[in-house]
Amino acid sequence: MNRIEVNNLNVYFGDSQVLKDININIPKNTVTALIGPSGCGKSTFIRTVNRMNDLIPTFSHDGNVYLDGVDIYNPKMDVVDLRKKIGMVFQKPNPFPKSIFENVAYGLKVHGLNDDDAIAARVEESLKSAALWEEVEDKLEDSAMGLSGGQQQRLCIARTIANNPEVILMDEPCSALDPISTTKIEDLIHKLKNDYTIIIVTHNMQQATRVSKYTSFFLLGELIESDLTDKLFIDPKDKRTEDYITGRFG
Amino acid sequence: MEKNRLSEFLIEKGLFITAIFSIVIILLIVSFILVEGIPAFENYGFFHFLFGMEWGPSRGQFGVLAMIIGSIYVTLLSLLMAVPLSLLCAIFMAEVAPNNIRKILKPVIETLSGIPSVVYGFFGLIVLVPLVRTYFGGTGFSLFTASLILTVMVLPTIITISQDSLRAVPQEYREASFGLGATNWQTIRHVIFPAALPGIITAIILGMGRAVGETLAVIMVAGNVVQIPGSIFDPIRPLTANIALEMGYATGLHYNALFGTAIVLFLIIGLLLLVANYIQYKYKVDIGGGYL
Ligand SMILES: Nc1ncnc2c1ncn2[C@@H]1O[C@H](COP(=O)(O)OP(=O)(O)OP(=O)(O)O)[C@@H](O)[C@H]1O
Ligand SMILES: [Mg+2]
Repeated sequence: MNRIEVNNLNVYFGDSQVLKDININIPKNTVTALIGPSGCGKSTFIRTVNRMNDLIPTFSHDGNVYLDGVDIYNPKMDVVDLRKKIGMVFQKPNPFPKSIFENVAYGLKVHGLNDDDAIAARVEESLKSAALWEEVEDKLEDSAMGLSGGQQQRLCIARTIANNPEVILMDEPCSALDPISTTKIEDLIHKLKNDYTIIIVTHNMQQATRVSKYTSFFLLGELIESDLTDKLFIDPKDKRTEDYITGRFG
Repeated sequence: MEKNRLSEFLIEKGLFITAIFSIVIILLIVSFILVEGIPAFENYGFFHFLFGMEWGPSRGQFGVLAMIIGSIYVTLLSLLMAVPLSLLCAIFMAEVAPNNIRKILKPVIETLSGIPSVVYGFFGLIVLVPLVRTYFGGTGFSLFTASLILTVMVLPTIITISQDSLRAVPQEYREASFGLGATNWQTIRHVIFPAALPGIITAIILGMGRAVGETLAVIMVAGNVVQIPGSIFDPIRPLTANIALEMGYATGLHYNALFGTAIVLFLIIGLLLLVANYIQYKYKVDIGGGYL
C-alpha cells in the first residue's frame, strides 16, 4: 500500500525548472532513500511533500502529490495539519534557542496539549526513541544550543517524533555528524521504520544500503530510477545510475 | 611588501587617533558639565536639589523633583502607547505584510524619524493642543499632549529596529516551527518574537532615550509649569525643558543649577540604560545563550 503518490510533478523556482515530471510511490512503513548529486533537487522534492516550499515566494508547481489518496495541494488542504502528519528533519540541525525540554514540548503545545504531566511523559518517550534521553535527562532545562551537532540532530528527530507524525522526511540527517552519532541515528531509523513511513535523502550510498528498502536516484531534476535498494545498487537498469553509484560522476 | 606594511601601520594609527579624539571631546564636554554643575550641589545640597519641591531661581530655590517626575511620567506614558503600537507594526511589516507593501512602508517610516522635532512640536501646538483642550478640558498644554507627540516621535525608532531584528531571525527557526505544524501566529509568538527580543529591547531603549532627551517638541506642548501633575491633563516641565527655557538668562547659582539639571538628566539616562541592559542580558541568558 502506498502512503505517498506523486504524479507528473514539475517544480519551478521563478523561471527555472528544478524538478521534471517526477513519478514516484512511497510505500507505507518503509524507508525510501533518495540519492543523487548535489543540486539535483532532492531537498526540493521532499520539501514539496510537506509544502515547505510554500514559504519560498518564487515556488510554483504542477502535477499532483497525494498523501493517503488526498491531493495535498488541493485548495481545501489544511497545511498546518499536513505538516503535523508529515514531520521533517532538516539537513542542518536547527533546534530552537530554547531549553531541551521546550524544544520537544513545542510541537505538543502548539497542537493544544497542555497537561504538564502528559507533556513531560511524551518528551521523555520521544527523547528515548531518539536515543538521546540518557545524555540529557539531567539537563532538560539547559539550552539546546549547548548540545553537540549530533545531539542537536537527535533532538530535532525527537521533536519531530513527539508530534507522532505518519511520515518523516529526513534531509541528509547525518551530513554533519561523526560516525558514532551517525550509527545512533541509523539505529534509530531501523527502530522507527515499523511505525513510520520514512524518506531519507543521503549522499552516502553505504547509508542508503544500510537503512533503506527502496532507493530512488535523481539527476538534474529528473527521477532516473527507483527500485528495491538491493537491486538498484547491484543491478541498476540505467547507465547513468550505474555511473553514479560506481563513482564515475557526481 | 614594505609599502603594504607602512599603509597598514598608518591606517591603524589613524583609526586609533580618530577614536581617541572623539573620546577626548566627549570627556571634555562631560567634565565641563560637571565643573559647571557641581557648585549648585555644593551650595544648595545635593539631596536638597534632587528632592526639593520648589524651583524659584529668583528666590534662590533650586529643587528639581517635580521635573524629574515630569520627565519620568512623560517618558513612561509615551512608551506605554508607543511600545505596543510599534511592536504590532514591526511584526506586521516583518512577518505578515507582502513584499510590495513592506517596500513602501519601510522608507515611509524611516522618513518619519528624519522630520525635525520643531515640526512635530508645531503640529502638536496647532492640532493636538486644541483637540486636548476641547475633549479633555484644561489648557490643552499637558503631560498627555507631550506624551502623544513623543509617541509619534519614537514610533519610527522602535519600529525600524525591532523590524530589523525580527527579519534577522534565521529562516531555519521558521522552517522548524512550520515543519512541526505550528501556525503563522504561533511561530511569531513562540519562536520569532523571543528570538528577536534582545534586539527589540534595544529598540525600546533607544526609543526611551529619544523620549527622555527630546526638548523642543515637548516645550511647545507641555505647558512647562513646575509641578507634580495631579492628572495626565495637567501641564508639566521635564528636565530638558527646564534647561532650554532658562539657559538664555541664567547667571550665578541659577546658571550652575541648570548644569545640575543636566547632570541629573545624565544620571537618569545612565540608570535607564543600566536597567535596560540588565533586562536584555537576563533575557539573552533566559532564552538559552544562543545569542550570547
Ligand atoms: N529557493 C530557491 N530559489 C531558487 N532556486 C533554488 C532554491 N532552492 C533550490 N534551488 C535550486 O534548485 C536546485 C535543486 O536544489 P536542491 O536543494 O533541491 O538540491 P539537492 O539535491 O538537495 O542538493 P544537495 O545535495 O546539495 O542538498 C538547485 O539548482 C538549486 O539552485
Ligand atoms: Mg539538499
